[in-house]
Amino acid sequence: MTFGDWISEPTNWAFLVMAIPLVLAAWRVVTSRNVVHAALSLVFALAASAGLFILLGAEFVAWVLVLVYIGAVIVLFLFGIMITRAPIGMEAELSHAKRWPAALAALSIFTTTSWLSVDAFGTTEIVDVGVPTSTEVLGRGLLGQFVLPFEAVGFLLLAALIGGVTLARRDDNPAEEEARLAAEETEAKP
Amino acid sequence: MVNVVALAQTVLATAEEGEAVAEAVELVSGGFFAQWAGIMLLTPFAAFIAIILFGKRMKYKGAELAIGAMAINLGWASVLFVSNMTNGIFHEVGFVVADIGQFMGRELVFELGFVVDGLSIMMYWVVAFVGTMVFIYAVSYMQGDVRVPWFFASLSLFAGSMLVLVGAPNLIQLIVGWEGVGLASYLLIGHYWEQKENSSAAMKAFLVNKVADVGLIIGAVIIGRTLGDFRFSSIAKAALAQDEALAGVAVAAGLLLFLGAMGKSAQFPLHVWLPDAMAGPTPVSALMHAATMVTAGIYLMGRMFPLYQNLAQDARAWMVPIAAITLFAMGLLALVTDDIKKVLAYSTVSQLGYMMVAIAAGGYTAALFHLFTHAFFKALLFLGAGSVIHSVDSNNMSDMGGLRKYMPTTYRTFVIGSLSLAGIIPLAGFWSKDEILGVLGEEGYTSFMWLAIAGAFITALYMTRAVALTFHGTYKGEGVPHESPRLMTIPLVVLAVPATIAGLFNIPGVSWGGIGNFTSWIGARVVPMGDPHASEINWGLATAGVAAAALGIALGWSLFGRDARTQKLRDTFEIPVLYPLLRRKYYIDDFYMRGLVNPIKGTIAKGIEFVNGSVIDGIVNGMAFLVGAFGRVVYQGFDQRGIDLAINATAGGTSRLGEALRFLQTGKVQHYAGAFVVGAVVLVVGFVIFA
Amino acid sequence: MIVSQFLVLASLLFSLGVYGLLVRRNAVTVLLAVELMLAGVNINFIAFESVIRDSLASGQIFTIFVLTIAAAEVGIGLGIVLLIFRNRATGNVDELDLMKW
Repeated sequence: MTFGDWISEPTNWAFLVMAIPLVLAAWRVVTSRNVVHAALSLVFALAASAGLFILLGAEFVAWVLVLVYIGAVIVLFLFGIMITRAPIGMEAELSHAKRWPAALAALSIFTTTSWLSVDAFGTTEIVDVGVPTSTEVLGRGLLGQFVLPFEAVGFLLLAALIGGVTLARRDDNPAEEEARLAAEETEAKP
Repeated sequence: MVNVVALAQTVLATAEEGEAVAEAVELVSGGFFAQWAGIMLLTPFAAFIAIILFGKRMKYKGAELAIGAMAINLGWASVLFVSNMTNGIFHEVGFVVADIGQFMGRELVFELGFVVDGLSIMMYWVVAFVGTMVFIYAVSYMQGDVRVPWFFASLSLFAGSMLVLVGAPNLIQLIVGWEGVGLASYLLIGHYWEQKENSSAAMKAFLVNKVADVGLIIGAVIIGRTLGDFRFSSIAKAALAQDEALAGVAVAAGLLLFLGAMGKSAQFPLHVWLPDAMAGPTPVSALMHAATMVTAGIYLMGRMFPLYQNLAQDARAWMVPIAAITLFAMGLLALVTDDIKKVLAYSTVSQLGYMMVAIAAGGYTAALFHLFTHAFFKALLFLGAGSVIHSVDSNNMSDMGGLRKYMPTTYRTFVIGSLSLAGIIPLAGFWSKDEILGVLGEEGYTSFMWLAIAGAFITALYMTRAVALTFHGTYKGEGVPHESPRLMTIPLVVLAVPATIAGLFNIPGVSWGGIGNFTSWIGARVVPMGDPHASEINWGLATAGVAAAALGIALGWSLFGRDARTQKLRDTFEIPVLYPLLRRKYYIDDFYMRGLVNPIKGTIAKGIEFVNGSVIDGIVNGMAFLVGAFGRVVYQGFDQRGIDLAINATAGGTSRLGEALRFLQTGKVQHYAGAFVVGAVVLVVGFVIFA
Repeated sequence: MIVSQFLVLASLLFSLGVYGLLVRRNAVTVLLAVELMLAGVNINFIAFESVIRDSLASGQIFTIFVLTIAAAEVGIGLGIVLLIFRNRATGNVDELDLMKW
């Protein structure tokens, strides 16, 4: 298959329309000097990948992605950014000075995995493009064959919930609280 | 067994013969205002949303929206109230919102809607009237306070939920409103949540009410399951027709619904939340914890009255004593409390006991009439107390005294409210209390009637004490008290009017030309209801009631009228047995904590300790002994000689290696992650090349 | 469309995530990079699913599991970041070297 054949398929145009912004947004996530911009780029990248999911017929998963990530997780991130008072404006120091070792490691992963997958799958065609998987199949799978992992994941979420509360809770020990307030006051005075 | 059945049948028979229902009032549909009465249920919610969205930017922080919504409701309800005087109105609207489907063999639906009849019109009007007054008062009271928009938003949420509750055409919508007012109550009691005790008080109110709500919900489900319908009109008709299926579950369902009412209306022993609920701002106490929300239980009893009257008479054996205990014992507590709001709170609990005892004994009109009058004078008293607290900046009556000179308007209105509450003729409280005494006498609960008269004595005594300690004697607080601004005193004056004259609407033997009397107003239900309007005043009973009240006032004045006497009383009063009992609130709170919570925890702990100490320790100790014996042999023979040498060599080597390698341990997580990535790539490449 | 184009895209996303993971100093942005890696993994799952098309739609189901676990991870991760920030007054991972020799 030549590049000409490939590019003449309309679905591949759709692919490019989503993949190129996806990569650009992902690039912004890891390079942006502004934390909020990085988080919003992640929103964009995830939205684009949801588009790819729809292209591949995984409509339910795409909407789950939109709802769970763009709806909830990103909000969580923005809260995290605000609460930890991460530098919201431009920040030169957001990344290390030494980038080359990291870039090298990332590049080696990219070459290894992409070479391996191209080697293994080559030009295997995706036949029924855009034929959606019915949500019923997913529902039956989740509550049938995969019910045990499903329950386990549910339990994990519960544990994460309780863990999150425990971690983020401030102990209301009055003595400690007073000490903290006193410390803040002395800090504020000069 | 036979005897019990026979007894039950006699009770039924007397109920049928002796208690003729009221003269049938002619019912009309009520026209435009009744057909669109649902708007009243929605305006407070609209105000709620609008205040949250725009309240912060408005001049009065959203209060104008809340007051506007309530003013619309007041106008609307007034039109209904007046037209209901000439012709009884009955109009019921319900939309099927959801199909509950098959439930235990019955097809059930969830309907929302509203009902306009004598009872609900009376409640609409009381909620709208007291609500408007309290909202206006709160503008000034809450000025400069924290979270004012949120306060008014919550008050609007409460008003909306309360109207949903009283306008409910079926049990399910009633429960929706019931939980809505519970939520609003939780939010407003905890308005100053920065102090731990306030948020604990909110939590306590919520939990105690939840315990009771279980009864309400199960009761509602039992009735719905039996009739296949949650609508009050169906329940009333079935009860009147002596429906056999309903008769079978009536006592159980009635008692369960009563449990729900006990929580919301603070009946003994579930009253513990109401005094603590005074942690909320005073307007909240006036509107919710005196005039409207706590009467929801009485309203529920009134709504379900046909059930209790015709099918569930046996439940009265429980309901009347509980309510009677409440009215008497809680009045005593008001005698020893120093917090002025808590005095009024215990008084409210006691008055709720009056209403409950009346409706339990079969006095539909008497109970609701007392609800009606009580709403005015108790809201008045609370707002007066708020005015005092606003000026003195303390809840404690020992910081007050002598305020009569500084706050004349507050003083006058407070005295009117107190006299009305004490039941002095001809103020509102006298007429409604007299009617309750009359019902108790007529229905054969003579001993409870005397208890209620004793309660009237105590009411007068504690209200005299409150007035004397607050307004008479010398001022003991700090600063110079001042009269509250007009915005606060005007609602007081306006509320003092119905607190004075509301009783005239139901004088026995009197029907005002063209407007009839309270009995006929609230008798306008889908089935006629209530006792016939009494033909003449029972002078003996009225004299007894007024005499008890007068005696209470005289005794109270002689005890508390002078500072010196009060002080002496404080010094000597702690000797009797009763006093500590009352100060500890009959140990009920202690009982809940120490009697219920801790023993359960303690038993579990003791059981575990026994298993741990006797069984497990024995096994462990035995094993330990055996292992020890074996170990000594091995240690001396084998370990000391052979192995130690090898161990020491290994340990030394590891230690030196560690010294060298520890510099790899930078502690920085990204170094580790980088090493991890590189390792993974190396492994993958290795597999590909060599596999 | 061929499946490789998705696989290459996925590995590109994954390696960008790895780059971010290694190079970012701020803990929140490190977590953002981890999300990027998970997004790459998800694309892989969906792409394989669209080729294999088994009757259970396992690829999509596993994607849902990944999403769920990622949500839990973010919750806990941010909780930890918050706690560290509260105790150490910094959100930068390279200043946290308590585990150093």
